[in-house]
Amino acid sequence: MVEAVLKPGGDAATALYIVAFSLFIIGIKQGTHPTTAKRGNLIAAGGMAVAVVTTLLLDGMGNWGLIVLGLGIGSAIGVIASIRVQMTEMPQMVALYNGVGGGAVALIAWSEIRHGISIGEDFPLDSLIPVIFAGIVGSVSFWGSNIAFAKLQDLIPTRPIAAPGQQVINAILLLAIIVISVVLAVDHESPSEGLFILLLVLAAILGNLVVLPIGGADMPVVISLLNAFTGLSAAAAGFALDNVALIVAGTLVGSSGTILTLEMATAMNRSVSNILFSGFGGAPSGGGGGTGEEKPHVSIGAQDAAIKLAYADSVVIVPGYGLAVAQAQHAIKEVADELEKRGVTVNYAIHPVAGRMPGHMNVLLAEADVAYENLKEMEEINPEMPRTDVAVVVGANDVTNPAAKNDPDSPIAGMPIIEVSEAQEVIVIKRSLSPGFAGIDNDLFYEPNTSMLFADAKAAAAEIAAEIGNL
Amino acid sequence: MTEITIFVLAVFVGFEVISKVPTTLHTPLMSQTNAIHGIVMLGGLIVVGFANDGVEYVIGTIAIAFGAINIVGGFMVTDRMLGMFSRKPKSKAGSDGKGGA
Repeated sequence: MVEAVLKPGGDAATALYIVAFSLFIIGIKQGTHPTTAKRGNLIAAGGMAVAVVTTLLLDGMGNWGLIVLGLGIGSAIGVIASIRVQMTEMPQMVALYNGVGGGAVALIAWSEIRHGISIGEDFPLDSLIPVIFAGIVGSVSFWGSNIAFAKLQDLIPTRPIAAPGQQVINAILLLAIIVISVVLAVDHESPSEGLFILLLVLAAILGNLVVLPIGGADMPVVISLLNAFTGLSAAAAGFALDNVALIVAGTLVGSSGTILTLEMATAMNRSVSNILFSGFGGAPSGGGGGTGEEKPHVSIGAQDAAIKLAYADSVVIVPGYGLAVAQAQHAIKEVADELEKRGVTVNYAIHPVAGRMPGHMNVLLAEADVAYENLKEMEEINPEMPRTDVAVVVGANDVTNPAAKNDPDSPIAGMPIIEVSEAQEVIVIKRSLSPGFAGIDNDLFYEPNTSMLFADAKAAAAEIAAEIGNL
Repeated sequence: MTEITIFVLAVFVGFEVISKVPTTLHTPLMSQTNAIHGIVMLGGLIVVGFANDGVEYVIGTIAIAFGAINIVGGFMVTDRMLGMFSRKPKSKAGSDGKGGA
């Protein structure tokens, strides 16, 4: 048995922490291509192992029973959850992992405050300020992520839940948090633990109130943002604990979350603050979509759809969240397989915010064995649309709505879309004509070259695949 | 100041490395970086390892458990996802029988 040999803050421990975060950077860098990404993930996990072992070897560590207990329970839950989760449930899984990370940060910040007070010396500001920051952001992230999880798991309604005057309440909460933080910092000779706990509670309420009013389709942005928050709060904890591994790792995650958040917001043509605070989509006024007489549209069955597809030269499939809900990825792949047997070219057009987290559709289609090369990004596929014989929209709605381009008064005006209406023919597989998340009618459904196939995506796709096979 | 320097450099490294990840791999990227912030578990280990106070024992042990869920679950689920991206789709066409449900 190796004796605990590393001096906390000593050169050897620091060197090992540097090895750990270098492995994180290399690991993420390998994630730029699907063939190396798996190895990259293992490298990053190796970095984590180095960091954990280094910490366990620090001189003076004790209470091994509790450490083993915490590690054992946490690892067991992590293993079971990661094996059992379905690919369609990935957004909520990530939200949950993100939440526990934020929770850990908040708890560590709390015990740092306790520890500092118990020593009874002046709390140095360069560790008190990061502790306060870590506590607030960790708590917001924990509760915000849990709400995001509950919404994605349908434990609470995904539509925006907003009380009147909520913005005012949020502003007051934020102000109170700032004031308490300042009081704690000013009183750094003996900061009050009670005030710090109050801070955690207020931040928890804020985390709940900010995420509750956000609708399901805006979740990619929320999850990325909370990921960035947890990363930054971990970095802050690193400042407080003088731990370089925490600082670098937390900052990397903060950068990644920030980049993804901004990319998602750009893809919706909305600002991050608009997404967080507008209660967009299905808010009380937005619910009037389905009233009045139905506009003329063409409705077809699976057999007609199969004929259209089978005699096409090129087909583009446009998946959306509905595909995930219906678990239709395997059935869609069967349709594509049948078509490819007949020499039809099949590609998939992925809108940046399709699904409930960045890149959600890519994971589902990869699960169904769709080749990486056939997944096309929006910018790549749009110029191909006029040369496409049939575009099949499966469970996507707002991201195909031509109103975003044609109607300057539309709530989604200016949002980049997959331009399916440019294709020769469009088949939309959908349960009904009901509006999507944005709460507005989709003009696509009423265009002359669009046919609607009203059905569950999975059942319809299976039927189409069978029909093509019979032709 | 050294720590601020490290932080600022890490911001640049982060932006540089992560902006090169293609959109297709954003879910695994997010889930992997998500696992990486589980490194806060080190804070929990340090808290518990050096604690001699009942409340700190409890808070610290929960923090370790949370951190371990974050790390172990995060890396494992990312591995599962990336396994789907890296497999050769053309070689085995008839092997997706398990995904029926």
